[in-house]
Amino acid sequence: MPDPRVEYSPSVSDQVKTTTCYMCACRCGIRVHLKDGRIRYIEGNPYHPVNKGVLCGKGSAGIMSHYAPARLRAPLKRVGPRGSGEFAEISWEEALEIATGWLRHVRETDPRQLAFFTGRDQSQSLTGFWAAQFGTPNFAAHGGFCSVNMAAGGLYSIGGSFWEFGEPDWDRTKYLLMFGVAEDHDSNPIKLGLSKLKARGAKFLSVNPVRTGYSAIADEWVGLRPGTDGLFVLALVHELLRADRIDLEFLARYTNAPWLVVRNPGGADDGLFARDEGGKPLAWDRARGAIPAETADLSPVMAGEVTLPDGRIAYPAFHLLAERYLGAEYAPEAVAERCGIEAGRIRRIAAEIAEVAFDQAITLEQSWTDVWGRTHASITGRPVAFHAMRGISAHSNGFHTCRALHLLQMLIGAVDTPGSWRYKAPFPRPIPPGPGPAGRGAKPNTPLAGNLLSFPHGPDDLLVEEDGTPLRIDHAFSWEAPLGLHGMMHTVIGNAGKADPYPIDTLFMFMANMAWNSAMNPGEVIRILTEQREDGEYRIPHVIYSDAYFSETVPYADLILPDTTYLERWDCISILDRPIGSAHGAGDAIRQPVVAPDRDVRPFQDVLIELGARLGLPAFVNEDGSPRFKDYPDYMVNHQRMPGVGPLAGFRGADGSKVGVGEPNPDQLRRYIENGCFWRDHIRPEQEWLKHANRAYLEDAKAKGFIGKSDQIVLQLYSEPLQKFRLAAEGHGAKQPPAHLRERVRTYCDPLPIWYAPLEQQGQDLAPFPFSAVTQRPMAMYHSWGSMNAWLRQIHGANKLMMARSRAEAMGLAQDDWVWVESRSGRLKCQVALMEGVNPDTVWTWNAIGKRAGAWALAPDSPEATRGFLLNHVISEWLPAQMAEGRDFRLANADPVTGQAAWYDLRVGITKAAPEEAGLTAPHPEALRPPPHMPGPPDILRYSVKTSA
Amino acid sequence: MTCLPAPGAKKLGLVIDLDTCVGCQACATNCKEWNASGHSAPLPDFKPYAAGQEGVWFNRVHSFEAGEGEAGRTVHFPRSCLHCETPDCVTVCPTGASYKRAEDGIVLVNHDTCIGCGLCAWACPYGAREMDEDQGVMKKCTLCIDRIYNENIPEAQRQPACVLTCPTKARHFGDLGDPESAVSKLVAERGGQPLMPELGYNPVNRYLPPRKKALPPSAPVEDAPTPMDIKNPLLRWMDRVLSR
Amino acid sequence: MNPAPSIVFFTTASGAGYGLLFWLGLLRPLGLVPGGQGFGLTALALALVLITAGLLSSTAHLGNPRRAWRAVSQWRSSWLSREGVAALATYVPAVLFGLGLLAEMPGLTAPMGLLAALGAAATIYCTGMIYACLKPVKEWRHPLVVPGYLLLGAFSGAALLAMLGSFWGDGAVPAALALLAGLAALVVKNIYWTAIDQAPPVATAESATSLGFIGKVRPLEPPHTETNYLLREMGFRIARKHAEKLRLLALTAGFGAPAALCAFALLVGGGMGAAALTLGAALALAGLLVERWLMFAEATHTVTLYYHGQ
Repeated sequence: MPDPRVEYSPSVSDQVKTTTCYMCACRCGIRVHLKDGRIRYIEGNPYHPVNKGVLCGKGSAGIMSHYAPARLRAPLKRVGPRGSGEFAEISWEEALEIATGWLRHVRETDPRQLAFFTGRDQSQSLTGFWAAQFGTPNFAAHGGFCSVNMAAGGLYSIGGSFWEFGEPDWDRTKYLLMFGVAEDHDSNPIKLGLSKLKARGAKFLSVNPVRTGYSAIADEWVGLRPGTDGLFVLALVHELLRADRIDLEFLARYTNAPWLVVRNPGGADDGLFARDEGGKPLAWDRARGAIPAETADLSPVMAGEVTLPDGRIAYPAFHLLAERYLGAEYAPEAVAERCGIEAGRIRRIAAEIAEVAFDQAITLEQSWTDVWGRTHASITGRPVAFHAMRGISAHSNGFHTCRALHLLQMLIGAVDTPGSWRYKAPFPRPIPPGPGPAGRGAKPNTPLAGNLLSFPHGPDDLLVEEDGTPLRIDHAFSWEAPLGLHGMMHTVIGNAGKADPYPIDTLFMFMANMAWNSAMNPGEVIRILTEQREDGEYRIPHVIYSDAYFSETVPYADLILPDTTYLERWDCISILDRPIGSAHGAGDAIRQPVVAPDRDVRPFQDVLIELGARLGLPAFVNEDGSPRFKDYPDYMVNHQRMPGVGPLAGFRGADGSKVGVGEPNPDQLRRYIENGCFWRDHIRPEQEWLKHANRAYLEDAKAKGFIGKSDQIVLQLYSEPLQKFRLAAEGHGAKQPPAHLRERVRTYCDPLPIWYAPLEQQGQDLAPFPFSAVTQRPMAMYHSWGSMNAWLRQIHGANKLMMARSRAEAMGLAQDDWVWVESRSGRLKCQVALMEGVNPDTVWTWNAIGKRAGAWALAPDSPEATRGFLLNHVISEWLPAQMAEGRDFRLANADPVTGQAAWYDLRVGITKAAPEEAGLTAPHPEALRPPPHMPGPPDILRYSVKTSA
Repeated sequence: MTCLPAPGAKKLGLVIDLDTCVGCQACATNCKEWNASGHSAPLPDFKPYAAGQEGVWFNRVHSFEAGEGEAGRTVHFPRSCLHCETPDCVTVCPTGASYKRAEDGIVLVNHDTCIGCGLCAWACPYGAREMDEDQGVMKKCTLCIDRIYNENIPEAQRQPACVLTCPTKARHFGDLGDPESAVSKLVAERGGQPLMPELGYNPVNRYLPPRKKALPPSAPVEDAPTPMDIKNPLLRWMDRVLSR
Repeated sequence: MNPAPSIVFFTTASGAGYGLLFWLGLLRPLGLVPGGQGFGLTALALALVLITAGLLSSTAHLGNPRRAWRAVSQWRSSWLSREGVAALATYVPAVLFGLGLLAEMPGLTAPMGLLAALGAAATIYCTGMIYACLKPVKEWRHPLVVPGYLLLGAFSGAALLAMLGSFWGDGAVPAALALLAGLAALVVKNIYWTAIDQAPPVATAESATSLGFIGKVRPLEPPHTETNYLLREMGFRIARKHAEKLRLLALTAGFGAPAALCAFALLVGGGMGAAALTLGAALALAGLLVERWLMFAEATHTVTLYYHGQ
């Protein structure tokens, strides 16, 4: 190759370190090449189970996030009024002293007055544990405003869910239906999977109001109206039932379809399962009558009324569901207009699903043994797979929509079979997966026992006072959100502002941009954070915030604990939290520091552990009061939640040979690093399918500590916990909802999936707001973590409101016109862009591109602030004020079952702005002042580690 | 020498699958990070944290809509140098800095002799040339010439960064001059297209068109009489004998 | 295309300078312009000043002006290189022509004048070809681009020479030539503008993306939300109405008026004539700046198909 102008084999790097990406939440494995101590190149780790060597647009731009001038440099103490941005740099010792002082006071007086909320935290098993040790019930991460509907819908139906909990069988599925996947949940695994589908010629159908990203490459795009997915799915269910294209045997074996449901209108047992003396649910055997449903050779009756031995009337759950969904209100014709899809098309899609599930079934010659001990020579698969995410989650009807999707999966037997959706170990888990949440009886200086975010089985597990008043500041696990599994971060500051149910002394947040894009209504959050009581003290007296960057929230905190970047830290993608399992076995991962911080910053988890020790939280100190853990890596290795069970499941035991359960291994982190910073389990082929009823799998999972019992996990078509809430609303039991919430609980805690119009649209005059408005996450920018990145902000430096060309032209709007967007709660100004591939009744924009002037170390006139905008400014965190039983009250703009923030229920009207109004987005709050000693950004960035460059 | 070499047998290039690309920008940013310290280092960014941010990129991903309304299609479209067989960007160069390699067909710029006149950018119909206005020289996609022959890189990874990183495997690298190569076969199979063939540059890179959508059945599966028509549709399940 | 001032000035000034050199070198040996040493040296000096200023200005457009010397190496393929070679080569007979004038050696002056004229014509031809060979720019790819460059060089050069001649008492021949060239420019530019307005695009968004088989192709989102080199250099757009006005201005004030002034000067001669020719030359140069600015501003590059769809 004689070309002297080219150096063909330059040395790439002098060192390569593996770690886990954190440019989004997908947890891909990366290899970071270093040269002279600087980052040369970040590439996907070819051996990593999540991304298999590929790396997305965000991950590949990690260098620029790491070196961004917006990085915080040292602990900061507020010295001017909140919001002024006046800070003084202080030492870590002083910072920790201040934090310890505030926190100790709270813990000694009323620990509930600490609200600890952690945003996009990947260390929730630590942060939640810390909060419980502190003794406050007020802890959650960001799930309440992200995807708790998916988690709750799945975990209460099939013991798993999408993304971390399950995945399509990419290698075999013949038909993938994807609902509302907003381009980043998740990232590389879906992309890799879609390419496999494309290579095999499998059909990919995407249901999404917007045809971008994944939907762009779908074989069929169903651009339905936002919030109507559930109606569409239930119409599919209707069609499948009508045509009798369902897998009745699957339902009989693996679901609670044959379980008998008592019919006793007005009675305390109405709608509950008939059970034997031992509490085991009953089914009706053709020969033997009512016997425990778990009986191996049961020949269940699936429809018709039966009379129980005690004389009560009961019906199989299947009967109830068939009766409901065969109803005319679920017929395609009845839903077509509301969904914006023709009835014939719904029927065709249902027929395609049936055709693929039943006429193109897959049989694998793979023997396996069921929970009843019977060995089967093969496994039959229904090769229809589903994936769904935020587009159905972020609606106030999302929980039931998600349940409806799982119902559809169960009806056609497409759960953990070849070609269908599959569990990622350590899922499935029992339904629901564990005991109810901890949080009752908070006392000074006393930890709370149990998990703060756990799984109510009925009214007794709710965190409410006798009169129904919520125990948590966010009202999760109250009658307002009985299955608020992930908390409700979106209500914390609003409720704290009203001392509802009690005031908050210290608000402690990590990686949550609540004064901007993480809040449903940033202006209101800022108002409350800066509101002063009559005595001059702030309404929330202390705000502690930890973040790696100068985000919009920094100026509103009193104490800043600067975090490191993801390449400077240890971290733990814990088996106890959101691990990286696959259908082939569980897995978890770590981050290791790749470079040392060049600033006075510390990893948040190290700081939290030190604060725990300074406060004397029992699990964080030794008996003599000395710190139990040196730092986070020490905790990752040596913390035991239960004997033998710790944050990492791999390489346990003294010699590193144990999986899941085993004594701490002092060498564990080295083993992880040698393995590429991840660990994965490999289950045997006979364990891979129908894991919920696969004896070998369940026994193995129990041995590894993933589940407590190896019993069959019976999939729950009909949800009894929901019926228990409903019965309470009907006046049964010791714990009942307060009068003003009775009707709401009765309506929405339906044991079978329902569809209803999004709450904020009910009873409102929608004529002034003809458009649904939603956001999508661009593939190259994850939430707010991108604008400080010099490369990514070139790709997305500003955003426009996208709308259907036909609709815009009819309104006299042209590309780039400035418009006012008005909702029931506010208005904003932005530019429009016209497109073809969008539901005509929907407008949308990229999420979190708009930035507040001055934040993220960007010049105040940056396009992010002048032409970028947040839809959040016109979203309300509250439903319109309500009145019932002579009482005014407000409820979160959220799902009534889970408390999931209903971002996508928004309706808006659009009007052209006056010519003199063009040029600047509104609202446009004044520019933020950067913290001290933030470096002046360069005019030209010549990033390179090439010596000659 | 900016006269074109005699056509060689080897034509290295990319095949980009428009049916599979989801527009994630991985090729763009991974290219940027590799090349920031690679053959053409650095790839400067101007006003990186202010208004008017821009920089040198060898790969830029557009999106288009083709066709109208629901019948149309959104297509993500990565654009980079096509390593044309008869590239005017080479012949117009007054200094010889721009050259096409006889041995593999890669079009390169010698940054030591480029005067930054910009004529090659004018001559390129595809916008593949990127001026480094800091150094005053033209830069462009090198097909990762410092990767594909790099003996310090494991053989499986001697591919352009954009190809290795592509999460949907929408990018393929190989010898389009060899009809037996995987990329040539892919082009033949899927009807790979050149861009703006009417200009006569004979681009080596090919774009695989979005596959025609499977047409839905002409008539939806129609109401064949089912037991639904019986008064109580639940009856059909009542007598179904099931066993576990 | 971006009408960069350095390039607009370069082609205008050098074009006029080479035009002046061309006519001087051609007409002086033929005795059709004043024969005095003062006139000859002044005209040559003006030509060389214009040429040199233009060439220097053009290097301002380079990213690396210090390497400009490399530009003469690729004369076998590159019109820019050929232009450089021709420009440099033309200095030789031009300077010798000047020496001949100084030394009053008609034996040297005549052949060197003719050679310089040839060099000037060749240089302008190369300049035109730089643009005319660019396939992605349909407005430049047109067959009238090179004749246009030659004609406008001849026109502005003749106008200047006529002005100088009139100072030395006789600008009639160049004035007549300027008149003819001005009228020809008027016609040619009109034909050219009509032609480019009607010319089909060299490529379409459909062919640029290979997606035409689906239907009309429209950009949805650009790869970057702010501008970049490509868009600044090649995405320049001028409003139709604005362009119409400038075309009219170039035609009337730039070509028509100087031609009329030349005719007037031919009729009246003397001081009035000299004043008219001076005004004519100034207008011609100003008109040329407008025309040259339009030459860039109206030119469209196929790369904008990716950004704007047209």
